[in-house]
Amino acid sequence: MIGPTHYLVLSSLVFTIGLIGFLMRRNVIIMMMSIELMLNSVNINLIAFSDQLQKVGGQVFAVFVITVAAAEAAVGLGIVISLFRNKETVNADEIDLMKW
Amino acid sequence: METFLFYAQAALVVVFAVMTVAAHNPVRSAVYLISALLGIAGLFLLMEAEFVAAVQVLVYVGGIMVLFLFVIMLVSVRETVRQAFLNRQWKTALVVGIVLAAQLLFLLVTGGRIFEVQADPSLIAQAPTMNTESVGTVLYTTYLLPFEIASVLLLVAIVGAVVLAKKNI
Repeated sequence: MIGPTHYLVLSSLVFTIGLIGFLMRRNVIIMMMSIELMLNSVNINLIAFSDQLQKVGGQVFAVFVITVAAAEAAVGLGIVISLFRNKETVNADEIDLMKW
Repeated sequence: METFLFYAQAALVVVFAVMTVAAHNPVRSAVYLISALLGIAGLFLLMEAEFVAAVQVLVYVGGIMVLFLFVIMLVSVRETVRQAFLNRQWKTALVVGIVLAAQLLFLLVTGGRIFEVQADPSLIAQAPTMNTESVGTVLYTTYLLPFEIASVLLLVAIVGAVVLAKKNI
């Protein structure tokens, strides 16, 4: 029988993979994809508890998380495009204008 | 059957997540991420959340990932493939990530039984309704204000993305 603990283990694995990807890669686009992975691992948790408790609020919350992820992706990719237009790079190590 | 499906999907999701992070080519990374998101949608189906699974496929795979692929094609792929693909802090990042994973797994293995909460019996006894129907009812009654705020957030994101990507403002 698959309980919420199985889903919690899975989502913590996916979250950690996303975190490691976010911290290790230098390509800004892949860093944003890692953020999407982390948001999805949170969604797995929400749906697992919604299923376990037979309450639909968790699914509504997952829909909100997807909404926020869409907004974040749109704005973030807009930033990446204007950054590439101005600095000709998507490398996180070279984007250091605000470093002192 | 449910157990087998869960383990198959979970293995798929984890493998594709690792490949997303480890792929050199951003296009491949995006395609692996699409596969991982589809696997997660399958897990949602397994948990009887059909509406969220459909939204996941439509919004994530059909919307967000297509946007990602467009942006990857816009910024030059060839240059990013040639660059070194790990940043300077990758050792620290790996250690932090592994420690976090160990802590989470330790917590779940030793104290996982706390999460085996039981549903209210009266809720289980209720006549089953369609998943989409119940999600819609709750979304437009209990969570009406957050729903409206989310729509304003999307409007702001549209305007912000256009302003950011425009050449001369």
